Amino acid sequence: MSTRARKQIILAAYVGGVNEHTAWEHPDAGSQIAFDTFRQVAQTAERGRFDYFFLAEGLALRERAGRVFEHDIAGRPDTLAVLASLAAVTDHIGLIGTLSSTFNEPYELARQLASLDHLSGGRAGWNVVTSWDAFTGQNFRRGGFLTREERYTRAEEFVRTVQELWDSWAEDAIVADKQSGRFLADDTVGRFSHAGAQFDIEGRFTVPRSPQGRPVLVQAGISPQGRDFAAANSDLIFSPFSRQPEAQEFYADVKSRARSFGRNPDDLKIIPGAGFVLGDSRADAEEKARHILEQQLSDKAVQVQFEQLWNRDLSAYDIDGPLPSIDPDPEAPPIIQGKAFIYQDRFETVRRWRALAEEKGLSIRGVAAEVSARADFIGTPEQVADALDAFIQNDGADGVVLGGHVTPGGIDEFVDKVVPLLQERGSLRTEYTGSTLRENLGLPVPERRGALAATV
Amino acid sequence: MTTTDRLRLGVALEGAGWHPAAWREESSRPTELFTPNYWADLVRRADAAGIDFATIEDSFAVQSGSPFGADDRTDEVRGRLDALLIASRVAPVTRRIGLIPTVTTTHTEPFHISTGIATLDYTSLGRAGWQPKVSPRADEARHFGRRDIPEFTDREDPRLWEIAAELFAEAEDVVEAVRRLWDSWEDDAEIRDVATDRFLDADKLHTVDFERRSFRVRGPSITPRPPQGQPVIAALAHAEIPYRFAAASADVVFVTPQDIAGATAILDEVRRAERDVARTGEPLRVFADLVVFLDADEPASDRLERLDALGRPLSSDARIFAGSAAQLADEIAALGELGYAGVRLRPGVATDDLPRIADDLVPELRRRDLLAGDGGSLRGVLGLPTSVPNRYAPALAG
Ligand SMILES: Cc1cc2nc3c(=O)[nH]c(=O)nc-3n(C[C@H](O)[C@H](O)[C@H](O)COP(=O)(O)O)c2cc1C
Repeated sequence: MSTRARKQIILAAYVGGVNEHTAWEHPDAGSQIAFDTFRQVAQTAERGRFDYFFLAEGLALRERAGRVFEHDIAGRPDTLAVLASLAAVTDHIGLIGTLSSTFNEPYELARQLASLDHLSGGRAGWNVVTSWDAFTGQNFRRGGFLTREERYTRAEEFVRTVQELWDSWAEDAIVADKQSGRFLADDTVGRFSHAGAQFDIEGRFTVPRSPQGRPVLVQAGISPQGRDFAAANSDLIFSPFSRQPEAQEFYADVKSRARSFGRNPDDLKIIPGAGFVLGDSRADAEEKARHILEQQLSDKAVQVQFEQLWNRDLSAYDIDGPLPSIDPDPEAPPIIQGKAFIYQDRFETVRRWRALAEEKGLSIRGVAAEVSARADFIGTPEQVADALDAFIQNDGADGVVLGGHVTPGGIDEFVDKVVPLLQERGSLRTEYTGSTLRENLGLPVPERRGALAATV
Repeated sequence: MTTTDRLRLGVALEGAGWHPAAWREESSRPTELFTPNYWADLVRRADAAGIDFATIEDSFAVQSGSPFGADDRTDEVRGRLDALLIASRVAPVTRRIGLIPTVTTTHTEPFHISTGIATLDYTSLGRAGWQPKVSPRADEARHFGRRDIPEFTDREDPRLWEIAAELFAEAEDVVEAVRRLWDSWEDDAEIRDVATDRFLDADKLHTVDFERRSFRVRGPSITPRPPQGQPVIAALAHAEIPYRFAAASADVVFVTPQDIAGATAILDEVRRAERDVARTGEPLRVFADLVVFLDADEPASDRLERLDALGRPLSSDARIFAGSAAQLADEIAALGELGYAGVRLRPGVATDDLPRIADDLVPELRRRDLLAGDGGSLRGVLGLPTSVPNRYAPALAG
């Protein structure tokens, strides 16, 4: 490690959408929907030289046993529309949106992302998620839903198809010579034809090659299939592992998978979501963190978290009592709907939670506090800068996606207090180095695959 | 004239302009058609002039000289960006102008349309509209590979109208689903009640459970009700089926009269369509579309002739006007007398005719006191009620 140059930390800002991590109860909490909220976070992150602004996606409101959650923030704007509007009020920061490969069509999504890349001057990215649940599928006329097994099959082919569409216009396809009257280089510009098990489509793509050629591709998913998918296709992975040693294990695992796919592992960046709490002293920060956690761990939030894992009605259990001794019921219809299931293995997770409770003498709430504490970086600005830098330099990740607990002002503190410290130690640039997101991330521009037009 | 009698003015933006050779004019910026500044400049110009709304054309197929499929021409603009995203990109840099992107009802999911337009309404602070459009082309359908639309070669083919009728019926369903999704949150659903740990009042959220011919949507939306409640829906229509679609689904209809007699007849047809579908509430606001070339140093008719000689002459569904701003103002005034709510102008050359509209036509219409004033949201600007009841909210007692 000593011979290697200091890694530049990749930073992203996240508007905490619809989850219990965002403290809507806080007096400074603003609207989750107003454009000013998004503007403020993106502009603040840009001031801190962050690489990108990030949005998650959920295509159905979350429900418990058929009733919409009341305790969490809900309601979010359309990802692409809000990112396109943000392109107008920022100049450098990348704009990455989560968009499902299940509830979209390749032609339309390729077109939207290429348009966003044009409209932002090369700052677009796509976090491919593979939502499969029938519950979300009820909001869509085409595609319905996929079985768990099918979703990466569709995602693989979806991404490949989208890339074919992005590659269908050569860089020099537009001549636009007013004198000669030639607008297009030739009459096959944009032509594509894709025949596969998932998609059988052909025609002409409407969007010229965008500034990045291919917008940045991100993957979020942790199953072996998901890891292979990311290692083969993605530029970034949005992972849930923000703590050592799981983070290092995951990092080493996907980087070696990337190598086995013939890629340079440095071209695949691992960026977990992470939280932070700053204070004047460590004790002060920990006190704040405790308070935030209490707000997050409302009785209903904890109950829902456990019910999702157990897939059972646990309303009869005392949140301050012991863990349920009954087993999860994965075969029953899901009691919690619309919330991404991020546990690798249900029974194994339950076993771990029980062991944790036993070892530390924890109640349900206590376990929830242990496993869901999102504030990974707690302390004075110096302490947080140290810990974050060490996490990155020791290959826990290549960067982090930061969400403030309070929207929109939560990220300001980090930018004002921690960013200068990271810059001082040479772990964070002081100016943007490129004009596109790819350039700023240090990612190569994939070569455009030979024009299909030549072969048809 | 009262304010409500006064006229509203829109512009329809399409690439370098509506003439196929528009991109070859000196002012034109053909290499910038895919850059944000091109669009921001045009829409800001219209905004500064006080033009009420801008529509942005779109299609999932490359532009073509043929109505039935792609052609192999290389001498015209081909390629375009997503209209909803263009509108979203210009929203924060404009102030008053309504933004009405085209989104197809044939291929795009109603759920995505609903959140996309609602979000434009949020980022533009209440200036969003939507121009729903059916996609009857076979090549467009093959871009999706989900439904077969037959290839036509003849406009008179009776099968064409059968397909069109199906697609318009589906469009009606799509608009209805989108409208319901906009209403699926009551305005005060977000309660932020710390005492009971409730961010929302679940009783104020509604599934829409919409199920018709070709699809179903459950709801509620993920995006709360947009600022206007119901963003403005504006449809282009040329014949009975689309008139009925507009009468059933839209707030505004764009029609294409060629002269005064035609304008009167079309207005009658629109009103008849409203009766046929038993429309209630506000009558459709009817706008006449005109392709315009305005006099500058070079007379507009010379310019049109010169452009026509460059390649494919302009042919259009809408009347092609070439002349002075005063003559155009006369025509607009005459349409207003007939009961038209206003006009939507399609600039022949975007970079020449939009500035002429802004600098010559708008002042001329103002001088004649023909234009309506400010109205806040796009609904307000168009003279539509700005408070729209939510179909799911319990009627106020008493
Ligand atoms: C860190 C992380 C973030 C995710 N974010 C989203 C999201 O915003 N929207 C979504 O639909 N799914 C999201 N997912 C769910 C994934 O798309 C996927 O469905 C899930 O992780 C199961 O895939 P897997 O079996 O490969 O882990 C996320 C998953 C992870 C691990």
